[in-house]
Amino acid sequence: MSDIADRVKKIVVEHLGVDEDKVVESASFIDDLGADSLDTVELVMAFEEEFGIEIPDDAAETIQTVGDAVNFIKGAV
Amino acid sequence: MFDLTGKAALVTGASGGIGGAIAEALHGAGATVTLSGTRETPLRELADRLGDRAHVVTANLGDAESLAALPKAAAEAMGSLDILVNNAGITRDNLFMRMSDDEWAQVLDVNLSSVFKLSRSVLRGMMKSRWGRIVNITSVVGATGNPGQGNYAAAKAGLVGMSKSLAYEVASRGITVNCVAPGFIATAMTDKLNDEQKGKILGQIPAGRMGSPEEIAAAVLYLSSPEAAYVTGATLHVNGGMAMI
Repeated sequence: MSDIADRVKKIVVEHLGVDEDKVVESASFIDDLGADSLDTVELVMAFEEEFGIEIPDDAAETIQTVGDAVNFIKGAV
Repeated sequence: MFDLTGKAALVTGASGGIGGAIAEALHGAGATVTLSGTRETPLRELADRLGDRAHVVTANLGDAESLAALPKAAAEAMGSLDILVNNAGITRDNLFMRMSDDEWAQVLDVNLSSVFKLSRSVLRGMMKSRWGRIVNITSVVGATGNPGQGNYAAAKAGLVGMSKSLAYEVASRGITVNCVAPGFIATAMTDKLNDEQKGKILGQIPAGRMGSPEEIAAAVLYLSSPEAAYVTGATLHVNGGMAMI
């Protein structure tokens, strides 16, 4: 895993309190990791802070899985 | 009784009688306060009287830029923002049939839309710290209606529905959203009424008197306190029994 993927994974594990091995690229925050809609907003806020980027609302809506987040952040940093 | 030491509060409309009393009550409980309003002089006077832990940020809530800058300036001045008291409000009274689009829009903008925008912008910090208090000052007329105040009553009733919806969304994050609904309160505004008008009003109030700004401030202080953590989506009516709802 790349550095970005590791950092994303760490945030997801900390924030959602899930097992690290469940946080795979294909895992959906809501369907697989038990996040509610407010959790996804908070995750986006945490990503913005960790990587010093802005994630606009329309982009945030497309970030459904761990892989989506990693890919978006790779393109934004 | 209530300790707000270490908490930072923004009070809008702090140059008015009720807003000033709210700021004073929160400050007296140990909070750092930012006083906001359109007129700098009375805000500055109040801040000087309060002494330490009091900041002034002037803002016109009817102006989009000024509104957007306010929460940022307040958070910068205080280091954080834990308590937001949306107290600012205007009236543009007129009979419904004579009310202009402008009179409607101005009141809805300042009394309802600005509260939405301010609340939205302070939520991020509150969510992160897992603690926050939003107290919206509504009015008895939001529940009862009042001739000549179709715009004002609509905005105040709107605040109640908005507060409940937001309260649902953020309750799990330690953030509460409540309303305080004053009845008739003795302020510079009610001083202008003549004896006959005052007599009519007092006839509708079981307590037989107008309320004081401090009595509204006490309700806000309670809802802002750690002790009120389990109270959310509520409206606390402070009206001397004028409307028991």
